[in-house]
Amino acid sequence: MSTTNWKLWEVFLRSKNGLSHKHVGSLHAPDSNMAIKNARDVYTRRSEGISIWVVPSESITASSPDEKDALFTPSDDKVYRHPTFYDIPDDVQHM
Amino acid sequence: MAGGWLNGVKRDFTSEEALKEYFFFLADDALMLGQQLSSWCSKGPVLEQDIAIINTSLDHIGRARLLYQELAKMEGGEVTEDTLAYFRDHLGFRNALLLEQPNGHWGDTIARSFLIDTFNFYLFDKLRSCSNKALAGVAEKALKEIAYQAQWSAEWVIRLGDGTEESHHKMQQSINSLWMWSGELFEAHPMFDQLDDSFVRFESLREVWLHKIGEVIKEATLIMPSPELWMQTGGRYGVHTSELGFILAEMQSLARTHPEATW
Amino acid sequence: MGTNVSLEDKFQSYVDAENKVEPKDWMPEKYRKTLIRQISQHAHSEIIGMQPEANWITRAPSLRAKLILLAKVQDEAGHGLYLYSSAETLGEPRDKMIADLQSGKAKYSSIFNYPTPSWADMGTIGWLVDGAAIQNQVMLTRTSYGPYARAMVKICKEESFHQRQGYEVVMKLTQGTLEQKEMAQESLNRWWWPSLMMFGPSDDNSPNSEQSMLWKIKRKSNDTLRQEFVDKTVPQAEYLGLTIPDNDLVWNEDRGHYDFGEINWNEFYDVVKGNGPCNKERIAHHVKAHEDGAWVREAASAFAEKQATRKNKESSAA
Repeated sequence: MSTTNWKLWEVFLRSKNGLSHKHVGSLHAPDSNMAIKNARDVYTRRSEGISIWVVPSESITASSPDEKDALFTPSDDKVYRHPTFYDIPDDVQHM
Repeated sequence: MAGGWLNGVKRDFTSEEALKEYFFFLADDALMLGQQLSSWCSKGPVLEQDIAIINTSLDHIGRARLLYQELAKMEGGEVTEDTLAYFRDHLGFRNALLLEQPNGHWGDTIARSFLIDTFNFYLFDKLRSCSNKALAGVAEKALKEIAYQAQWSAEWVIRLGDGTEESHHKMQQSINSLWMWSGELFEAHPMFDQLDDSFVRFESLREVWLHKIGEVIKEATLIMPSPELWMQTGGRYGVHTSELGFILAEMQSLARTHPEATW
Repeated sequence: MGTNVSLEDKFQSYVDAENKVEPKDWMPEKYRKTLIRQISQHAHSEIIGMQPEANWITRAPSLRAKLILLAKVQDEAGHGLYLYSSAETLGEPRDKMIADLQSGKAKYSSIFNYPTPSWADMGTIGWLVDGAAIQNQVMLTRTSYGPYARAMVKICKEESFHQRQGYEVVMKLTQGTLEQKEMAQESLNRWWWPSLMMFGPSDDNSPNSEQSMLWKIKRKSNDTLRQEFVDKTVPQAEYLGLTIPDNDLVWNEDRGHYDFGEINWNEFYDVVKGNGPCNKERIAHHVKAHEDGAWVREAASAFAEKQATRKNKESSAA
């Protein structure tokens, strides 16, 4: 039995302009051209996207979960980055 | 069009008949292709392509429905899209013989799609300005789908032609064996005497079609068969190959077993 | 060893707190294996499940029915793909999963080892089989493994039309000619019991369930899901005027549930073992498509390589 040695690609969709691309899943394809087409057929059957990115899975470098604390904890105490840090009277609207 | 083979077929059309005839050509082509492609479902070479080919099948059958619905309006009475699809015999079908050729292997199916998708692309592009508003509307919607299909099938021709030695050989065989069914797409037809110029004359697409087909075949490192080779004819007059009988037997069996039923 | 135990304890309390596990997080090897087994089995079920319905696409009795069925089977292919994709995040290549399916090492839902001789089966499958599957899938949207849960959310969203489609097919039959009504009842007679078997062995006999519940891969027991399904489906059958083929089926006021008859577990295990009417046919069909497509996949790979080489040459020449 022969095998499919088509590469694995990660698929990202932009659902509409103004939003960023979001990871939706993966698929197999021999080249980027077919990966884009396959992504269109597989992941936008219900008009979920207007722009597609495909990235070879092997090209993605992920942070290691063991470094999670070092990478993400420092911002946990920077509460001033979050809007709820600031006391604004309720009378002031649209803020 | 001369010759004994087509003796006795209808040659004179009223303008109303001519209009219906034109719709039947397009509708039956779409249904036949959609029906054939749909039987790839669960049999594709890879899951992603199963999904892709079902998409194109959905597009073709969807287009067939729109056209049959228009025809049902023209026919009036009890006629519906389904009576047209399910209760006509082979003599009533007007699809080109190319579309009833069997699926064969993936390369055969791709070659058949490539020849017709390219034709459809130029045809529907022009039909967007047809004087018949319904047809222009269908063309407007269909063109986007057809553009995608034409690109998909052309890319596969190139991929298989310029792939392995085996795929190159297979793709060449597929093109060669389907070639004799391609000429019929461009035939002149007596119905055109009754239709205005915005009903695209099929023969007017031949040049541009040959050019595009030649380009793709060249990129696929394949050899284009001569356009002067013998071409088969008959489908547009209801004179079909044996294949159509089997397609209809399968497609129509349930509907005809229960003619009174609605589904 | 000592560290291992504490890691596993940590993992358990992490999952207990309703946290999601993501691909690169540490996880017990058995958790990973269980997930691969379950997700790939789920994916295979979607893919093999295309066959009994694809069977009727070319014969669908109206163009509308043909389009709907085609779109539905296409969704199943898509769902299989989403699931393979989430199993691949665990480091299991799709090729290997497919090889395991074809060799019989991996299983798929036994329900698809029954044939579909009747158009009514297109309705019954959507109504009962998809109905039962949805019961299971809604639970799985909250499963502890992130990629699996996300795939299930997408699948559930898309599946909502499947059960309705099936019910509509059956409804049209029950409102139709006498032959159509008979068709619908006959199909229900065949599919009812296999549908109940879809939830798997009863809780006393389900070897993998307990650990899966603990890890929150599974959130409800087989028997709980089965009971929910019966309770939901009986009124739907009544509405259609169809008779569920179970003489013991009766509303139990005290329990607030329907009581139902004993499932023939011998049949269940026979079909699981490979003795269903279509086990061999389903795998043979899959193998044939795969083998027929080998030259196509090879050609596409060869072409991609040539293209890449050409690109490299161009860029180095420039």
